[in-house]
Amino acid sequence: MDKPVNNRAWFLVLPVLLLVAFSAVLPLMTVVNYSVQDTFGGNQFFWAGLDWFEEVLESDRIRAALGRQILFSAIILAIEIPLGIFVALNMPKKGIWASFCLVLMALPLLIPWNVVGTIWQVFGRVDIGLLGHTLKQLGINYNYVNDAIDAWITVIVMDVWHWTSLVALLCYAGLQSIPDAYYQAARIDQASRWKVFRYIELPKMQGVLLIAVLLRFMDSFMIYTEPFVVTGGGPGNATTFLSIDLVKMAVGQFDLGPAAAFSLIYFLVILLISFVFYTVMTKEAK
Amino acid sequence: MTRITLENLAHSYLPRPSHDDDWALKPMNLTWEDGGAYALLGASGCGKSTLLNIISGLLVPSSGRILFNDRDVTGLPTAERNIAQVFQFPVVYDTMSVRENLAFPLKNRGMPADQIAARVDEVARMIGMTAVLDHRARRLTADSKQKISLGRGMVRQDVNAILFDEPLTVIDPHMKWELRTQLKDLHRRFGHTMIYVTHDQTEALTFADQVVVMHDGRVVQSGTPQALFDAPEHTFVGYFIGSPGMNLLDAQIDGATAHIAGAQIGLAHGYAPLSGKVQLGIRPEFLRLGSGTEGLPFTIHRIEDVGHHRIIRGKVGDADMNVILPEAQEIPADASRIVPDPGRAHIYVDDWRVDPPARERAA
Amino acid sequence: MTLELRGVGKTVDGMEHIHPADLTLQPGSMNVLLGPTLAGKTTLMRLMAGLDRPSSGAIFWNGQDVTGQRVQDRKVAMVYQQFINYPSMSVYDNIASPLRLMKVAKSEIDRRVRETAGMMRLTPMLDRRPLELSGGQQQRCALARALVKGAGLVLLDEPLANLDYKLREELRAEIPRIFEESGAIFVYATTEPEEALLLGGNTATLWEGRVTQFGPTPRVYRAPQDAVTARVFSDPPMNFAPVRLESGQAFLGALAWSADLPDGAYQAGFRAAHLSLTETPDALPLRVVLESVEFTGAQTFMHFRHGQDQWVGLIEGVQRRELGQELTVWLKPSHIYLFTPEGRLARAAPYAAAA
Repeated sequence: MDKPVNNRAWFLVLPVLLLVAFSAVLPLMTVVNYSVQDTFGGNQFFWAGLDWFEEVLESDRIRAALGRQILFSAIILAIEIPLGIFVALNMPKKGIWASFCLVLMALPLLIPWNVVGTIWQVFGRVDIGLLGHTLKQLGINYNYVNDAIDAWITVIVMDVWHWTSLVALLCYAGLQSIPDAYYQAARIDQASRWKVFRYIELPKMQGVLLIAVLLRFMDSFMIYTEPFVVTGGGPGNATTFLSIDLVKMAVGQFDLGPAAAFSLIYFLVILLISFVFYTVMTKEAK
Repeated sequence: MTRITLENLAHSYLPRPSHDDDWALKPMNLTWEDGGAYALLGASGCGKSTLLNIISGLLVPSSGRILFNDRDVTGLPTAERNIAQVFQFPVVYDTMSVRENLAFPLKNRGMPADQIAARVDEVARMIGMTAVLDHRARRLTADSKQKISLGRGMVRQDVNAILFDEPLTVIDPHMKWELRTQLKDLHRRFGHTMIYVTHDQTEALTFADQVVVMHDGRVVQSGTPQALFDAPEHTFVGYFIGSPGMNLLDAQIDGATAHIAGAQIGLAHGYAPLSGKVQLGIRPEFLRLGSGTEGLPFTIHRIEDVGHHRIIRGKVGDADMNVILPEAQEIPADASRIVPDPGRAHIYVDDWRVDPPARERAA
Repeated sequence: MTLELRGVGKTVDGMEHIHPADLTLQPGSMNVLLGPTLAGKTTLMRLMAGLDRPSSGAIFWNGQDVTGQRVQDRKVAMVYQQFINYPSMSVYDNIASPLRLMKVAKSEIDRRVRETAGMMRLTPMLDRRPLELSGGQQQRCALARALVKGAGLVLLDEPLANLDYKLREELRAEIPRIFEESGAIFVYATTEPEEALLLGGNTATLWEGRVTQFGPTPRVYRAPQDAVTARVFSDPPMNFAPVRLESGQAFLGALAWSADLPDGAYQAGFRAAHLSLTETPDALPLRVVLESVEFTGAQTFMHFRHGQDQWVGLIEGVQRRELGQELTVWLKPSHIYLFTPEGRLARAAPYAAAA
C-alpha cells in the first residue's frame, strides 16, 4: 500500500542509523580491515589479500571446531524444540496454575549466562556438587573435567535447562491463539490426540516455531560463556566450539588477521544457515 | 436419528447459584422430535449457546437431564454422543486439502477408503465444491471455508443430530440464499434432526419447522414460524420476530372495546376485566392508514422505502408505531389515523398474551 | 463541503482493485456503497479517507486537490465493523479523546461530549467502560467518537455487521436521524440491499472493483442501468429468463407482451416481490415447478424452476403448496426489465419509470 508520501519521517530514522553505524558498521569494517592485512604491532600493516581466509578454511583445528559446533546446534535443536512443544502442550491453559507455570518457566531465562555456567560448574563437581557427588555415590563414573562425553552431556543439559523455556513460552503463546471452536470441532470429528496436534496445533504454531528455531539456532551456534565457564573448552578441545576457538586465536595467540577472517566466515555461516531455515520453514507455511 | 428430550434442564456458570439472575438457563422441558428442523432464536446472551453446548456435550448442566431417545446422555462426552456441529466461524484444517477435510470425520471412525471416497464426492457435489476438492483449504475465501465446515457436518450419515451455531454469520447475503436452500434440501433428503442457533429471525423462520424463542435464559415460545408471527405468546416474541416488530400500545380493555390514546377501537373478542400492565399488540403489516375519526390518532414522522414495501414510522400518543404498506399502495395525503385489523390484534397482560376464549370461559 | 473523486483508481501488483471511478458526494449527503464482500467497498473508502493513495485520478475536497494529503490532515472520521474503543477509558473519555488530541478547551469538550452522547443515547453510560456495554452500545460509542470531531466526512465500514439482527434493525433506523443532525457527508458501506434502501440518500453499487451505478437510492433500485447492478441491488436475487423480440413483441416462451425494442435476444429480469399467486389484469401466466417454500413471517419465499431458470418469489401471506407441483405464477409486464445479452439495460420496467 503506498500511502500519501511525507519524507520528513526519514529524519526520525537518522539517529538510529548513526548509532548502528558506530556500534555495528565501524567495528565490522575494522574486522574486515584486519582480515586482509598482516601486522606485527606498532601500527604497521602489510597487505595479505585472501591469505588469512585460505588459512582459516584449510585449518584442521577450525574445521574440527566447526564440526563440533554444528553437532552441538543440531543436538540442541533436536532436544529443545520437541521438548519445548511438549512442555507447552502440557501447560494449563488458564487459571492460577497457568500464571504459576509461566513464572516458573521464565525463571531460567532471567539468569545471566555466566551465572548459569557457574551454577552448573559447581552443581556437576564430583567433590562438592550435588549432581556430581550423587552420581558418584550411585556408582556412575561421571567427571566433566576429564571425560569428553561427560563434558558434552553437561554442556547440553545446561543449555536445555537454560533455554527450553523460551521455546515452550513461544509455543504456549501460539497455542493460546487457537479458538476453542477448533478443539470442539476436533472432538466432534473424533480426532485422536495426535491428529489434533498434527492438524490443528502444529499448523497454528508454525509462525512461532520459526522464530524459536531461528533464535535457538543462532544462540546455540554462538554459544561461548557457559562452556567457557564450565569446561573452558576442554577436556582437550572436546568442547571448544567456534566462538571459544575464535577467542583463543584472537586473544590467546593474538593472531588478529586469521581471527578476523575467521569472524567474517563465522558471521556468513550463521547468516546462510538462518536464511536456509527461514526459506524452508516459510515455504512450508504456504 | 434421534428424539432429543430436555428434562428440567437448568444451568448456571456459578458454583452456588442463589438468585434468579445467576442462572444462564432457567429450568426448561422440551422435546425435539426425530428428523425435525429446529431453530433456537434469541439475542446475544439469552442462553441459546449455553443450551447448544449442553446438547453437544461441551457443558454439563447444573441440573436436569438430557435424553437422546431414551438414553440419558447428560454426562457423556461429545465424542460419544455422535453429533455433528457447524460453528459460527469456519473451522477447517488448514494444512489439508478440501477432500481430506471432508474425509476427516469418516477416516477417524475407520470407514473403508472406497466408501469414504464415494461419500466425499457426494457431499462435495452438494456443497458445490467438486472442482476445488484437491485445493488446500487454507487459501479459500471465508465463504468456501464455511461451506467446507457445513460439508464436514453433513458427511456422516449416522449422526444423531446436526447442530448449527450461527453458521451464516460470515456469509454474503447472496450466498446466504444459496446455502440456506441447500441446508433445507439436505434436511429433506437425509432427515437428520437439525438444531440451528441464530439471532437472525429470517434464518430461523426460513430454516425451521419449529422455532424456539429464548429470552433471558427462558424459552418464551416454541412454535411454528406461522404461530410465532400470528400469535406471539409474549411481547418479546412480538418484538423479536417481524421487521419492524409488533407495535405495543398501553390500553384499557372494556369487554370488546380497547381505549387507547383517547380513542376507542373494537376488538374481535370480549375480555374479562384485566389487571396489571395491559397492552394491545398489533403487527405493522395489519394496520391500514385512514382519516377522519376512524381507528387511532397517528402522526407520521418518517417514511422508508424498502423496495417491495414501505415502512411508515410515527406515533400514537407517546408510543412509537410502525406501519407497513405494499409498494403499489399510495399514502393518502390526509392520513392522520390508523385502523388495526381487529382479528390480528392481541391483548397482553404483563407481557404475556391473554387467550380470549379461555378468559371468556373462566369468567 | 463536497467530496469529488475524478477518475480515482487503484492498482496493486498489476491487479485492478478499483476501476477508475468518478463520484461526487454532495454536502450533507448520505452515500451508500453497496456490494458483496471483496467488491472494493473498503478499498474505495480508504482512498476517500486518504489512508491509501490512488494509482490514478485525483480527490477534491471543496474543490481543493487533497490527493496527496495525509489522513491526519483531512477532516475525516471512520467507524469499522469491529467495535473499536479504548478499553481502559470510560465512555466519556473515549468520546472526548479526539477533542483532547485537537486541544479543544475543556468546557467546550464537555459540552460537545454531552451533546454527542445525547444524540447517541449514551448519556446514562458515560461513566462506564466500553466492555461493560452491549454490542450495540459499544458501536454507538465508536460512532460518537467519530461524530464528536465534527469531521466533514464520516466513513462507516459495515458498522452494523457484527450486531444482532434486532439491534441492527434499531440502529439502522437511528442512523438517518443521527446523520441529519450531524450535517456531515456520510459514506456507508454495506452488503445488504435492504440496508441501503432503509438509509436512503444516494447509492453507489460496486461489483468487482467497479462502480456500476451511482444515484438516488430508490432510483438505482428501480432503474438499474445493467443486469449486474440489478443483481447487486436485489435480495432475494433478481430472477432472469431469456426472451426474444420480434416486431415489437417480447416472447417468453409462448407468452407475449409489447416492448418497443429492436428484434433479437434479451434477458428479462424481475424481482421476487413482483411474482404473484393471484391473477391480476394483463399479468402473464407462467407455469413453474415449486421446489421449496420458506416462511419469513408476513411473507413466504417460494423457489420455482422455470425451464433452466431458478426463480424466487416473495409472496404475501402464508402459502402452503405441495413441493414438486406445477403451478401458475403471475407477472405483470410492467415489472419486467429487459437487458441486452451483454447485460446493458435495454428497457426499464415501465412501473419504475412511472414512479
